[in-house]
Amino acid sequence: MKQPIYLDNNATTPLDPRVLEAMLPYFTEKFGNAASRNHAFGWVAEEGVDYAREQVAKLIGCTEKEIIFTSGATEADNLAIKGVFEMYKEKGNHIITAVTEHKAVLDTCKHLEKNGARVTYLGVKEDGLIDLAELEAAMTPETILVSIMYGNNEIGVIQPVKEIAAIAHKHGALFMTDATQAVGKIPVDVNADGIDLMAFSAHKMYGPKGVGVLYVRRKNPRVKVTAQMDGGGHERGMRSGTLNVPGIVGLGKACELCRLEMESESARLSALRDKLETTLNKMEESYVNGNTQHRLPHVANISFKYVEGEGLMMAMSDLAVSSGSACTSASLEPSYVLKSLGLSDDLAHSSIRYGLGRFTTEEEIDQAIEVTQKAVNHLRELSPLWEMFKEGIDLSKIEWAEH
Amino acid sequence: MAYSEKVIDHYNNPRNVGTLNKDSKFVGTGLVGAPECGDVMRLQIEVGEDNVITDAKFKTFGCGSAIASSSLATEWLKGKTIDEALSIDNMDIVEELALPPVKIHCSVLAEDAIKSAINDYRVKNGLEAIVLEKSHH
Repeated sequence: MKQPIYLDNNATTPLDPRVLEAMLPYFTEKFGNAASRNHAFGWVAEEGVDYAREQVAKLIGCTEKEIIFTSGATEADNLAIKGVFEMYKEKGNHIITAVTEHKAVLDTCKHLEKNGARVTYLGVKEDGLIDLAELEAAMTPETILVSIMYGNNEIGVIQPVKEIAAIAHKHGALFMTDATQAVGKIPVDVNADGIDLMAFSAHKMYGPKGVGVLYVRRKNPRVKVTAQMDGGGHERGMRSGTLNVPGIVGLGKACELCRLEMESESARLSALRDKLETTLNKMEESYVNGNTQHRLPHVANISFKYVEGEGLMMAMSDLAVSSGSACTSASLEPSYVLKSLGLSDDLAHSSIRYGLGRFTTEEEIDQAIEVTQKAVNHLRELSPLWEMFKEGIDLSKIEWAEH
Repeated sequence: MAYSEKVIDHYNNPRNVGTLNKDSKFVGTGLVGAPECGDVMRLQIEVGEDNVITDAKFKTFGCGSAIASSSLATEWLKGKTIDEALSIDNMDIVEELALPPVKIHCSVLAEDAIKSAINDYRVKNGLEAIVLEKSHH
């Protein structure tokens, strides 16, 4: 079977062969437990972890001691939010987040609501960005944490992180960000940005799955989180469990490569993305979702009106992309992120996310354009809605038999 | 999700795509579903002598299974009498296309579209609309 063109790099990225090479010895001869202090096997493993810690720290502008290794961004999000809630509950119980956050943040907040937290879910503007005045108005003396993602996974918009951090700090709250889609893709500096806690994972930046980071600020202020797992007290007592040494080494290497190649790579990707987006946006009744000024270089989210996302994906089986339509259950729920931008259900159902990556070529983008155009045209020929639109019928005036 | 070969075949080569003159009294049109739900089917039949369906056309906005269900429905309708067409059950479509449980609603929609087209034809020709039992969703 011919492999489809991979344009779903927001879901996961392939492992860079250079990362794999760095990891391999840590599966075999360097197999030691990084916590074994009494012999060379442990020391060698610890050295690998320490070096990775430096590589990670360098990418985000922090010190090595501020890096807590986890199993991924989901665990890091859980540890940050639950850990802050438990550690700072004397101070307050209020958390502010946004409706477009990843489920790892939203569901963690929902869980805490059952345990006495009060959570404000900020809406977003049409372009996917939060309203800073709304954030300011939501702050209370009980607010302990503001958790807003750096770059959105579905539409790629970048939130005004610096301004959000300033507002949080002005009111004595901590600022946490899920930066899974941003770290390694665009410059992220925890000091310049005013970030107190930050979650991200290796597999979105050409590293292995199953390893991630929670950055926890140590100075100005010194931030603490309550551990969510009991055990050997690894990672400064915040995350117990034997370190995933090969994974951590791979994460370190992935961070280093991203840091060294970021400038040229983000320019290359945004040029390819713009080519894809501009060409497809020329098609009749196609719409680009989300702010196009403040966003990640490698993401395009486009709605093709009058065709349905899942049907469209089937016609584009030569492309591995993602649809805003989750028509796999009888409930037919379209993407909550797109809906929160104010998109109607039918436009949300008609959306496709293209996620470019390090191994995407211009030839692949040209093919993706061709496949998409052909698929959209094929489905529009089949679409009663397209025909009605062409006849000038106002679809919103029709009484649909909802089922 | 993996689609069955039959779904893929109907999807790639849909039968009887098109539009009949909805103002003709020999044509019945059924438009079911809603854009918000992610699928809309329009199914049309043309009825000749002895209540035999001489032509059927469809257009569908929806996933591959929805397109295949309506394409298959038009194939089955041609040559049937209206009474025979009324006996088409959504589970026949499920079986023929090997639809997975999450896609059964596509077949239900196709059955609804057939009945709705027949009713449109009946009403146009001075007959009473058939009271439809709520199909099993």
